[in-house]
Amino acid sequence: MSEAPLTIQALGECALTLTVGTDLPSQRRLWAAWHALQQRLPEVEWVLGMGNLSGRFDPLVTAARLVEKALEGAWTHSLGGKFGEGRVIEIPVRYGGEQGPDLAVVAALLDLAESEVIERHTAAEYVVYCLGFLPGFAYLGGLDARIAVPRRAEPRRRVPAGSVGIAGNQTGVYPLASPGGWQLIGRSDIQLFDPYRETPVLLAPGDTVRFVAVP
Amino acid sequence: MSLTVLKPGPQTTVEDLGRPGYRALGVPAGGACDTPALRIGNRLVGNPEGAAALEVTLGGLQLGFEQDCVFALTGAMVAAQLDGIPVPGWQSVRASAGSVLCLGYANAGARIYLCVAGGIDVPPVLGSRATALLAGLGGYAGRALRAGDVLRVGKPDQPARAGAAVRAPQRGEVLRVLPGPEWPQLARTQQKALLGAVWTLSPDSNRMGARLAGPTLALDGSGELASHAVLPGVVQLPPSGQPIILLADAQTTGGYAKPLVVIAADLWRAAQFSPGERVRFAEVSGQGALAALLAQRDWINRITRSLAWPL
Repeated sequence: MSEAPLTIQALGECALTLTVGTDLPSQRRLWAAWHALQQRLPEVEWVLGMGNLSGRFDPLVTAARLVEKALEGAWTHSLGGKFGEGRVIEIPVRYGGEQGPDLAVVAALLDLAESEVIERHTAAEYVVYCLGFLPGFAYLGGLDARIAVPRRAEPRRRVPAGSVGIAGNQTGVYPLASPGGWQLIGRSDIQLFDPYRETPVLLAPGDTVRFVAVP
Repeated sequence: MSLTVLKPGPQTTVEDLGRPGYRALGVPAGGACDTPALRIGNRLVGNPEGAAALEVTLGGLQLGFEQDCVFALTGAMVAAQLDGIPVPGWQSVRASAGSVLCLGYANAGARIYLCVAGGIDVPPVLGSRATALLAGLGGYAGRALRAGDVLRVGKPDQPARAGAAVRAPQRGEVLRVLPGPEWPQLARTQQKALLGAVWTLSPDSNRMGARLAGPTLALDGSGELASHAVLPGVVQLPPSGQPIILLADAQTTGGYAKPLVVIAADLWRAAQFSPGERVRFAEVSGQGALAALLAQRDWINRITRSLAWPL
């Protein structure tokens, strides 16, 4: 396996970011590195992105050079490193109608029947690359390129919690009501974030998600 | 002991030092935008530095004290009156039961901190009492305060003393910055414009970001990046070409280019510009950033020691 290009950049004096490729094999290595670094330097807050991994630290306590070395080391050791397969989580979705007000628009944009959009959205297996944007929001890889559609020209002021949307080659579920520009094709009752649960988030990096159409 | 909100002003929230440690779950750390003002305000009333207090945006708060209590106003300068008597900032003041505190409009700065002996007693969520407005959690019912809300105050660890005072920190229009990861993607002319322009704070700024208005900047390339971690202090350049300085409630990940990062020691300044106020950036070295942070911690530590009360 050839070594992906690697850069480590400062994000101010309190953080460093390791950037690699956004392909799934690179992301798998980032998960392994992320787990290793949480053990090795727990005083640093490690945050995954899409093809990148950042560490935030107190620069008067932890030297940036130490964090940089740790990132380099964790990335090198992530090659062939063990990262357990994630769980498979099914997300029930009511597609279309009031719950998915943009399904008709998406189908028209793609010149497909609504049922075909639903079929393609439920047929794929999605991988959780990382969490971010909103509490418990999962960045998912694996959308069928044939149902990729641009964002809405005019973002909505309020997207209800549980809304399932498509934007570009991404699909995702809004954990909370928030403003948003994604094309909404359905809605789920699943609770992605609950601060009072022992584990506040439902999805974790490495998990596999399947959408299941329900009436 | 409790406080009754008579008028909340434009936006008043319960804040402490936030909930770091949950960014990987998508939960911003949040907390007070001007942490030195919160820390020192708490010390003035004998609290631990991270006790919960009220962050009052631009003023306008009116509050009734149900029992005797000691409080301090720090952060932005504001004309305040306790039952009609002027209240100085950055000083501990005794309020008696039934008295009413009225804040005018902030005349220098944007965010005022009202710290009360014992701290604001709301239930902690994910280890913090800070209000996460977007997620609707923490603080008082996960939202900004409204007229009629009654806030419980904790029992002070030690008897509080009125009359303790410290000098307010100086604040100018300059924010010291380090180059961000996408600095090289700005053409020389654009780099000069970003550092040389006098920006003004846009009124649509909030706890997530200080939005600046000025010359429209352009990046080489699209400026769209794969989602990556961002932090308070990061200066984003969205397609509008108008920079945004991320503040305490910023989302944990972003996709815009980051030409600059405000140094940690100046983050409080970024949060204290009022709408229309002038903002300029000045480059500093990495060593300079660390020296400034060390000086700020020393200053807070010196104040903490000088205010430590013999028991």
